[in-house]
Amino acid sequence: MPTLVSHPDEVKVISRRFGQGAADIDKYVELDGYKAVQKAIAEGPEKMSGWIIDTMKASGLRGRGGAGFPTGLKWSFVPKQSEKPKYVLVNGDESEPGTCKDHVIFLEDPHAVIEGTMIAGLAIGAKTGFIYLRGEYRYLLKIMEKAVADAYAKGFLGKNIFGSGLDFDVITQSGAGAYEVGEESALMESLEGKRGVPRIKPPFPAVVGLYGGPTVINNAETIASAPHILLMGGEAYAKIGSERNGGTRLFGISGHVERPGVYELPMGYNLKKAIYEVAGGVKDGKKLKAVVPGGSSCPVLTADEIDVGLDFDQMGKAGTMLGSGGIVVLDETVSIVEFALRTINFYQHESCGWCIPCREGTDWIKKTLTRVHAGGGANKDIDNVQYLAENMLGRTFCPLGDAAAMPTLGFVKKFRKEFEEYIAGKRVDTPLITVQDLVGAH
Amino acid sequence: MPDVNFIVDGKQLTAPAGTLLIDACKSAGIEIPAFCYYPGLSLQAACRMCVVRVEKMPKLQTACTTPVTEGMVVQTETPEIAQARKATLQLLLGNHPLDCPVCDAGGECELQDMTFKYGAADSFYAEPKNHREEQKWSPVVYFDRPRCILCYRCVRMCGEGMDVFALGIQNRGSSSIIAPNVPAQMSPDQLAHVDCEQCGMCIDACPVGALTSGTYRYKTRPWEMNHVATICTHCGDGCKTTLGVRSTSDGSEIVRGDNRDKSGINGDFLCNKGRYAFDFANHGERITQPLVRHADGTLKPVSWEVALEHAGSRLRELRDSRGGSSIGVIGGNRLTNEEAYLLQKFARTVIGTNNIDHHRTADYVTFAQALSGTKGRTASQHDTASFPAVLLVGGDPTNQNPLTAWNLRSDVRLNKARVYVANTETIKLRRQAKAFLQLAPYGYGAFANYLAGDAAAASSAAADANALSAFRDAVKAEEKLLILIGSELRGAELKKLIEFGLTIPGAKFALLSDYVNSRGAADMGLLPDMLPGYVPFGAKHPLASEYAAPAAPGLDMLGIFDAAAEGELSALYVVGANPIARYAVDPAALKDTFVVVQEMFLTETAALADVILPAANLYEKSGSVTNSYGDLQQVAKAADRAGVRSDFEMIVRIADKMGAEVPKLVPFGKGLRADMGQSRGAHSGEADRHAVWLTANNLEPRLSPFDPFAILDEIQRLVPGYSLLRLQLLSGNDQHLEPAAPSGLVQITGQSARRDLVLPAHDSLFTSGTLGRYSAMLNDLQQNEAQRAAASSAHTAAD
Amino acid sequence: MSAVANTIFSPEMAARFDKLATIYPVKRSALVPMLLYAQDEVGYVSDAVVAEIAQRLDLLELDVRNVLSYYSMLRTKPAGKYNVQVCTNISCMLRGGYEILDHCKKQLGIGHKGVTPDGVFSLEEVECIGACCWAPAMQINYDFHDNLTPAKVDNLLQIYRDGKGKDVK
Repeated sequence: MPTLVSHPDEVKVISRRFGQGAADIDKYVELDGYKAVQKAIAEGPEKMSGWIIDTMKASGLRGRGGAGFPTGLKWSFVPKQSEKPKYVLVNGDESEPGTCKDHVIFLEDPHAVIEGTMIAGLAIGAKTGFIYLRGEYRYLLKIMEKAVADAYAKGFLGKNIFGSGLDFDVITQSGAGAYEVGEESALMESLEGKRGVPRIKPPFPAVVGLYGGPTVINNAETIASAPHILLMGGEAYAKIGSERNGGTRLFGISGHVERPGVYELPMGYNLKKAIYEVAGGVKDGKKLKAVVPGGSSCPVLTADEIDVGLDFDQMGKAGTMLGSGGIVVLDETVSIVEFALRTINFYQHESCGWCIPCREGTDWIKKTLTRVHAGGGANKDIDNVQYLAENMLGRTFCPLGDAAAMPTLGFVKKFRKEFEEYIAGKRVDTPLITVQDLVGAH
Repeated sequence: MPDVNFIVDGKQLTAPAGTLLIDACKSAGIEIPAFCYYPGLSLQAACRMCVVRVEKMPKLQTACTTPVTEGMVVQTETPEIAQARKATLQLLLGNHPLDCPVCDAGGECELQDMTFKYGAADSFYAEPKNHREEQKWSPVVYFDRPRCILCYRCVRMCGEGMDVFALGIQNRGSSSIIAPNVPAQMSPDQLAHVDCEQCGMCIDACPVGALTSGTYRYKTRPWEMNHVATICTHCGDGCKTTLGVRSTSDGSEIVRGDNRDKSGINGDFLCNKGRYAFDFANHGERITQPLVRHADGTLKPVSWEVALEHAGSRLRELRDSRGGSSIGVIGGNRLTNEEAYLLQKFARTVIGTNNIDHHRTADYVTFAQALSGTKGRTASQHDTASFPAVLLVGGDPTNQNPLTAWNLRSDVRLNKARVYVANTETIKLRRQAKAFLQLAPYGYGAFANYLAGDAAAASSAAADANALSAFRDAVKAEEKLLILIGSELRGAELKKLIEFGLTIPGAKFALLSDYVNSRGAADMGLLPDMLPGYVPFGAKHPLASEYAAPAAPGLDMLGIFDAAAEGELSALYVVGANPIARYAVDPAALKDTFVVVQEMFLTETAALADVILPAANLYEKSGSVTNSYGDLQQVAKAADRAGVRSDFEMIVRIADKMGAEVPKLVPFGKGLRADMGQSRGAHSGEADRHAVWLTANNLEPRLSPFDPFAILDEIQRLVPGYSLLRLQLLSGNDQHLEPAAPSGLVQITGQSARRDLVLPAHDSLFTSGTLGRYSAMLNDLQQNEAQRAAASSAHTAAD
Repeated sequence: MSAVANTIFSPEMAARFDKLATIYPVKRSALVPMLLYAQDEVGYVSDAVVAEIAQRLDLLELDVRNVLSYYSMLRTKPAGKYNVQVCTNISCMLRGGYEILDHCKKQLGIGHKGVTPDGVFSLEEVECIGACCWAPAMQINYDFHDNLTPAKVDNLLQIYRDGKGKDVK
């Protein structure tokens, strides 16, 4: 069970109810629960949708799944009129290595997800919302299912919600083990009972999404932020964060730090501070070697590159990404060769196999690095890995290819010397990875 | 869609908005490579080969998913693009076995071609390739997994195109595979198999050698074959099949049938019979020497001269002694138009009888009569792929006319056509139907009457009265309707249905039949009561005057055998037919009849013959055939077999032996005085061009009495509706004909007394009349089918 | 009364599946969860499970197999009663995930995807399970266990061996 952590620098917006038993619906209501949705309804049927979207736009909230697309803008893309039903889809397929923030939300504040779903539904005129959790999160699915049942029992969900004359239903759904389903269109495929292979875009989900209807799909944290934003006001939320990066977000700091955990920090918070102050610094007083700043798909930062603000734009300028907010800290003992191999193993295992560059590229990088790691490498292997990654980048059907190529390029470019030394036998770590048998889905 | 202007590689192009860039470029002669893209099937964007640079877009874009827009500027071959393609190929070749020298696809492999083009020859990998054993999915479909590049064409072809869904994608990532619908653990032999229609479309679509054909694999190299595009001999759809032919010691054999030549009426499509069932030609029981029954009752091989002399002189004797009306002639459904025409002309003018018939598989006489006097009311096969609405009454195209079924499915998928199906059986095409009406047993007549306004017929047409009336209303609301009619409807029922259809101004009709030239046999007058083109006896028509044939109708198929049983039939001449088996005739009926049979095999009918003349099959001769729809196409000689003769040649030679004046029977030699080029000052080197010109103007010399085109001239001149374009025919194109006698002539004879002799063959996908029995591959497939059915009675394919 | 006669599932599961097939705009949406729940009950996705689910959702068995083979939690062979899934992805790896995996291998005497002879345990090395901040972590069936040490693992395995482990499905 996750241990909750705390630090004075935290600004608790989305984590406001954590640790207070808010999974219980009465407690949730006591802590201002379901007030945001009522506040929206109080705007009246004419103004409600516009008010929600304007507030979301003003908040500067950007997608917390990793892509950072402005949420209010996304919601505004959904056509007002549609022959097919519209849907809200909550992406709780949290699978990016280094990321466990949604885990805590589902556990500590499930009703915020439901309320956020309702708000998105009211904004776009949907009558049904789906909350999709990765299959591994079974105990969290149970919590969500109970929360949904409780909300129905209270009459918060179903017919005529809060006297608005509008109906809204929420359906929870379980995945069954597939990182790729975290991609929005792959998630829709999965929810439609198919293989989790992404769809061709355009059309985008806002126009043709789930069951062919206009769909808003957001990360669970994004959705759970909505009630807070409506209650505190968009501008107030925006003010917490940095320029063009409104509010706070949950950062999961893991790896070699003294106090790993999920912390809510304002957008733009300094990464170095987050590691050394919030998370208590590098574990056991070791030296910092590198940081993977936003989940395993983000290019690595070396120890002297981490004096940078944690928002989408500053991280982009630093040549990496804010990603999913999963900060993985590597101390001086870590073999980058091994770390790079473990990273590509993951993407090779999770590639859906649809397109050639990703399916074959991840496989060949994995094979090559496995051989290098086992001691059979040559310097040209480093070039080959770089060539493979460069030729995957931007050429694949969906972002998974990029997610595999970007960190690989980061490792071989920034730590090329370490690869060369490793190959030359000057640096042979005792391999942690002994038998890697993660070939294929079965 | 309005046209938009855009620039590709500096060329200003125009195409309707929304056209996919890859298609627009292709139309402009700019080829963009792609493995996964396949016209008419759903888009994948999976292979990433068609990447192009579109100005103002940050990344390379896939041309297969990018619609053209106004002002778009595109580059399709830059160093950046070439590098992207090269890298993709390098990745594929990492695992793809380099067994090109023995791979069936070698020489016609898209991966090979692309590798050659982009020079992706370097190998970066030290790791071994993933090897998997080849799998035999069925007698005709083999899968070599390591060669598969996962373009998913086969999966879509099988599901979207064929509506079979026998292939799927399983596992993920680099373990992804194409999987058939019978997994190993569900199979008695513990090997994976396909439970499907065995059409082989997956093999055709495969860009590499991952899917190979059981009939062709490891037999030869593509460049060692001659490729001859001709017409499939099996059903009445008239698909073009490209036969790969190779020389052998006794002629040349067909080693492959496929759909290389996608220019045919069938476009992309070919079914299993067109693809695999050419092997009857090589059957061990094939007769390759003329046989004559000797006094001891046995059939013994003789020379051609002896056999023909025997047949000819005996037929002459019997004609002269007992009269032409004592002789019967039966023709086949797989003869060319020229042969069928020649045969009836031979019967009527040389033997002097109207006792001529063929195995009728649909009532084309009624069809022609009901539509006589109309114009533009008969449908071409092409219409089945494009009409906005289709009414299918009777028939089972999926099994009996696979191209028709394919076209209807495509029409629904690509054009959102509305298909209405009325049938006494739950045929598979109901899955594509907007409405399916289950008719009562034998309810076709009542249904036709009901449509025509007879409300009282409702109860005997269908059990569900509401469905019936809704169906009728929907059909009647259509303005442009293709009415496809199964062979179940004949005579008055067929007439009624057509009468109803004619009330819809935009309706067109087609009558489905069973074999390659069932329609041609009827059109060419292999009928006792009709001259070619359904011209009745006694009509004022050049046919009647030129022929000087007996004016009274002759005996029909059953009449001929009745006469034989009564000892009144002196001789029977059978050309490419097996009436003994087909009509279950008692062999004893023919004991006093002199029987001449032209056949490939010792069929039930041939076994009774006094003279058997070994015949060439449709793939071994030239001429023309007419499909169910009335689309005329050219048949080209592909294979050759020492010892056999075309039916055309044999008929002519028998006529000669009977003392007939051959130039009158076959007007060869006419045109000898035609322009040979002198008048146009043709010089050497212009000869080819000149030949085309001559051909186009019907001036080519016919120097041989065995030249079918000599008689095509006459067909064109005399047979109503066969006003064909020679250049069109000879270039391998199809042309739609409407062979209906002029309306004024039809009314002359009362038709009420006509016997219904239509006997549909009801062939399945794995049978083809008598011929099918001699195809080893069709027999294998039947056996395979039986095993599958026995193994998993619970497990069914898509239907 | 189950929608399928002669269902292979328990009456409760059959009833659950009956309902599951009705709650979505398109029935097929029930496929992925249904496969997972069926596996929870049967132990794996057997051919019989495939056949019944295909029947329940009007799908071809091939379709069901296409989908089932995509998802890594779904298996077509039986696992142990308690499936020990050790995460070795980056965050866990940095905090000893591989030691935990090796320890499990040693203690259980089986490797990746192995099943103990008594069928009580099976072992799997898995990708990130979303417990990065509490690494190293593993799941035994669906239950999370985090901040692991070899001693803690020994203790856990004993609890499950004694049948006292949590096993919420």
